[in-house]
Amino acid sequence: MLKEIAVLIQKEITLEWRQKYALNGILLYVVSAVFITYLSVGAKQGNIGVPTWNALYWIIILFSAVNAVAKSFVQEHQGRQLYYYMIASPEAIIISKIIYNTLLTLVLALLGYLVFSVILGNPVQDQGMFLLNLILGAVGFSACLTMVSGIASKASNNATLMAILSFPVIIPILLMAIRVSKNAIDGLDWSVSLDKIVTLMAINVIVAVTAYILFPYLWRS
Amino acid sequence: MRAYWWKILTVALLAFTLTAGLLLDVPRLPILNETIRALHFHVTMWFGMILMLMVAVVYSIKFLRSNDLRHDDMALEFTNAAILFGVLGIVTGMLWAKFTWGDYWSGDPKQNASAIGLLMYFAYLILRNSLTDVHQRARIGAVYNIFAFAAFIPLIFVLPRLTDSLHPGNGGNPGFNAYDLDSKLRMVFYPAIIAWTLLGTWISTIRVRLRRIERKFEDKLINQVS
Repeated sequence: MLKEIAVLIQKEITLEWRQKYALNGILLYVVSAVFITYLSVGAKQGNIGVPTWNALYWIIILFSAVNAVAKSFVQEHQGRQLYYYMIASPEAIIISKIIYNTLLTLVLALLGYLVFSVILGNPVQDQGMFLLNLILGAVGFSACLTMVSGIASKASNNATLMAILSFPVIIPILLMAIRVSKNAIDGLDWSVSLDKIVTLMAINVIVAVTAYILFPYLWRS
Repeated sequence: MRAYWWKILTVALLAFTLTAGLLLDVPRLPILNETIRALHFHVTMWFGMILMLMVAVVYSIKFLRSNDLRHDDMALEFTNAAILFGVLGIVTGMLWAKFTWGDYWSGDPKQNASAIGLLMYFAYLILRNSLTDVHQRARIGAVYNIFAFAAFIPLIFVLPRLTDSLHPGNGGNPGFNAYDLDSKLRMVFYPAIIAWTLLGTWISTIRVRLRRIERKFEDKLINQVS
C-alpha cells in the first residue's frame, strides 16, 4: 500500500513535470492574481490593513488551489483511468492524489506568500505559526478539492460545478485558516490560537477521512 | 390505522403547536418580548432540517451499499424537504432578527453558517441535475450528500461556538433556558420539533411515492416500445 502510494505520487510528479505548461500556468496565475489585487486595491507598500492583506491572500490561494486541483482527474483520459482502476486500489489513488495536491497547493501558497511579501509588504510577525497554518490549510484544501474534483469530473459542466461544490464545503477550513493566520500576523501567543489550530486539524481529519471512505464508491462508477 | 397513525399525530401536534405556541403565556423578556414565540416556529425548523438531513445521509449510505434506487429516492426527497425547512428557517430567522437585532441580515455567524449550509445543498441539487444517467446520478449524489454532511456538521455546530453570536444563549446573551424556569416554553417546544419533523417526513414520503410511480410509468413506456 505504502509503496503503491509512493509510486503513484511519483507518477503524478513526473506527469506534471512532463507537461510543464500546466504547472507554469498555475504559477503564473498566482502571480497575476496577486498583481491584479495589488493594482485594484490601489495599495502601496504597507498601505493595506492587516485584515485585508490576510483576506486577499487566502482568497487568492483558494482560487489558485481550485484551479490547480480541478484538473487532477480531468487531465488523464478515460482509457488511462481505466488502466489505473485495474492496477491500483482506490484508497491508494485518493491518498496519493491528496498528498500530491497538498504539495502543489503548498508550492502555490509559498509562491503567493513570496509575491505578496514583495509587492504588498509582509506584516507577518510569527513566521513559524504562519507556515504551520499554511501547511494545515494546504492539507485541508487539497483533501476537499481532490474529492470534489473527483465528483465534478464525473459530470460534464466541470468548472462551474467544481466551484459551487467546493466553496461551501471548503468554507469551514478557509475560515479557521484565516483566523489562525490573522493571529500569526499579529504575533499573538501560541496559546491563543491553539484551540483554532486543533479545530482546523479536526476539520481536516473529518474531510480527509470522509474522502478516503467515499472515494472507492466514486471510482467504481 | 396502523400505517397512518403518525399522520394523525402530526396533525394533532401541529394544531397544538400553532394554538399553544401562539396563545400560551410566554416569559416577558426585554427586547425579545413576544418574539420569543419564534422558538416554536424558527428554531424547530433547524431541528427538523438536521434530523431530515441525517435520514438522508443514512439512506445515501444504504444506497451506496445496496445500489437500490429506492434508497436514493428517500435520500433525495428528504434532502429536498430539509432544504425547504432550511429556507423557511432562514426566512423566519431574518424576520425575527429584524425585530430583535434591527436588521434582516446582521452577519451573525450562525446566520452565515446556515446560509453556507444551504448553498451546499443547492449545489447538491445542481450536481444531480447535471448528470443524466440515473444510476450514476444516484451514486454521485449519495457520495456528495455524505461528503457535504461531514462538512456541514462542523460548520453548524463548531464554528459558531468559536465566535460571539448574537443568538440567545451565545456570546453572553442569556439563553432561553435561563428564563424558562417553569418549562412552559419547553412544553410547546419539544412537541413542535416532533410535529415539524413529522410534517417534513410526510412531505418526503408523498414525494417519494410520486417519484416511484413516475418511474414505473416510464419503465412501462420504455418496455412497450421495445
